[in-house]
Amino acid sequence: MRQILYSKRLAPYLFILPFLVTLAVFWIVPIGRSFVMSFQEVLYGQATFIGTDNYERLWRDRVFWQALYNSMRYMILTIVLLVPIPMVLAAVVNSKLGNPRVKAFFKASLFVPALTSVVVAGIVFRLIFAESDSAMMNQVAEFFGFGPVRWLREDITGLVALLALALWRWSGVNTMYFLAGMQSIPTEYYEAASIDGASKFQQFLHITIPNLKPTIVYVVTISVYGGLAMFLESFMLYAGNSSPNNQGLTVIGYLYRKGIEENDLGFASAVGVVLLVIVMTINLTYLIASGTFKKEAA
Amino acid sequence: MAAQPPTTVRGGSAPQESGTGSTPPDRTTAGPRRLSPRAATWIQSGFLLLIAAIALVPLVAIFIGTFQDGNDVIRRGMTFDVDVSTLSLDNYVLLFTDSGPYFRWFANTLLLTVAQVAGTLLVSSFVAYGFAMYHFKGKTLSFIMVLLLITVPFEMLMLPLYVQVNDMGLADTYLIIVLPFLAAAVTIFFFRQYFLGIPKEILEAGRVDGVTEFGIFFRLVLPISKPAMAAMAILNGMLCWNNFLWPLLVLRTPEKFTLPIGLNTLLTPYGNNYELLIIGAFFSLIPILILFLAFQRFFIEGITAGAVKG
Repeated sequence: MRQILYSKRLAPYLFILPFLVTLAVFWIVPIGRSFVMSFQEVLYGQATFIGTDNYERLWRDRVFWQALYNSMRYMILTIVLLVPIPMVLAAVVNSKLGNPRVKAFFKASLFVPALTSVVVAGIVFRLIFAESDSAMMNQVAEFFGFGPVRWLREDITGLVALLALALWRWSGVNTMYFLAGMQSIPTEYYEAASIDGASKFQQFLHITIPNLKPTIVYVVTISVYGGLAMFLESFMLYAGNSSPNNQGLTVIGYLYRKGIEENDLGFASAVGVVLLVIVMTINLTYLIASGTFKKEAA
Repeated sequence: MAAQPPTTVRGGSAPQESGTGSTPPDRTTAGPRRLSPRAATWIQSGFLLLIAAIALVPLVAIFIGTFQDGNDVIRRGMTFDVDVSTLSLDNYVLLFTDSGPYFRWFANTLLLTVAQVAGTLLVSSFVAYGFAMYHFKGKTLSFIMVLLLITVPFEMLMLPLYVQVNDMGLADTYLIIVLPFLAAAVTIFFFRQYFLGIPKEILEAGRVDGVTEFGIFFRLVLPISKPAMAAMAILNGMLCWNNFLWPLLVLRTPEKFTLPIGLNTLLTPYGNNYELLIIGAFFSLIPILILFLAFQRFFIEGITAGAVKG
């Protein structure tokens, strides 16, 4: 016993043991089983191998394609919104001008939404995007001369509500990422550029954005995962996993429906495997294309 | 406008404090636009305050909602057009006198959060120490697994883990809510970064004094790791307090429900407890808001360090 406690050779393994056990018991074994199950029909605990039937069924399943389309669309649009907008906000906060108190208040206000649970955020947004004339977003719509809109009944307006929720919750966090990235850019770069007569906008384009690349890569990567894995936002906004014409159904929502609500474990596992492959492919492609691996290898 | 060439080079000097007297307009002739720093500050402040106000609208709306009739809010949505004469403290009275299981959910969530944060900090820092302080065979591969787990969202593990837990007979227990997440990848990563900055001489000094490897961790390293502990306590505390999906899958007994699960049950179309929904949601935010106001720095540090997804 004494020798174990003093052994420098054994100690590291004992330190990381909890992680290895967690990895094995709660990740590798379940995911491995799920992979096996995707080739099975699982009924009341009885599993029979059915080859690639689940995958073939999935290929022909229109609802799955719709869910995939919804998830992809959401993922792309959250990236389109949640990269440039926070970047501009961070640039505004980062400028040397300005009242520090206003900036501190701004940062805190934008950050607070990230502290809310998806349940509370979903309840509030459901009520803000309610159908009645007097609901907040309909009052906004009326101000701009249209509406009232039945937000959650229609595909595109439902998507708008989902994106508004994402924008509200994550703008602050992404702004903080970009702000941290900007503060690590040496000020000499900007001084040199302004001596050369570059405008603020040119500086942003040619100094800030290139130097923010690692931050951008990081934010985009987590947004790809987060976007494709989106489920609870929709679940809360539509007060459950069903929405008109499945307009709010995502891949995870479909997986939840098949696996947990309908207990069709084999088929749901196939959904999970396909999603994992899609996510990994997108991310590897993106990381290779953006040169992240090259940099780390060097 | 374009006639005058830039004569003065801006930047590098003269910190622009806001509101320090009037500035002659010809002081800044760097760019094509000639805004005095003061005017620019006003515009910037106005812009930032506008965005901040928009971000706060949902929170203000829920606060006002606590004084409104719940059924009315559910039926008609939240509105800018608040009728002050209808506001009342009825919901508050209801919450503190006849709120059914609400405070039980609250206590359950508190208990789970405290247990999970304590456990996660202990286990994750323990693991991180192994990664930070030793060289050993298999280290690179193991650490790549940590990095991999950081990027895989829980939603992808949801179904396999759910099946596994049912087979293990651990469904509907608090243990299984906590157990899979004690060695939390993000927290391990954060602690490892912190430990890498600790001088190795401390370890050697401990060894010379005859302290065990584990004694060095618990007695010498942990006490000087409080800033990292604070940031990770905040991050994990928030994630745990708001945790919804995993408890939703494993918890069955209503007495064991946590706040997010309980609030979700109030949202059902057949609900007859809408009075409680808004005020209950609002009160579930209060602990976190208080902590945020008190420890804002640790929040931003912890969440931007680790917020892969909330």
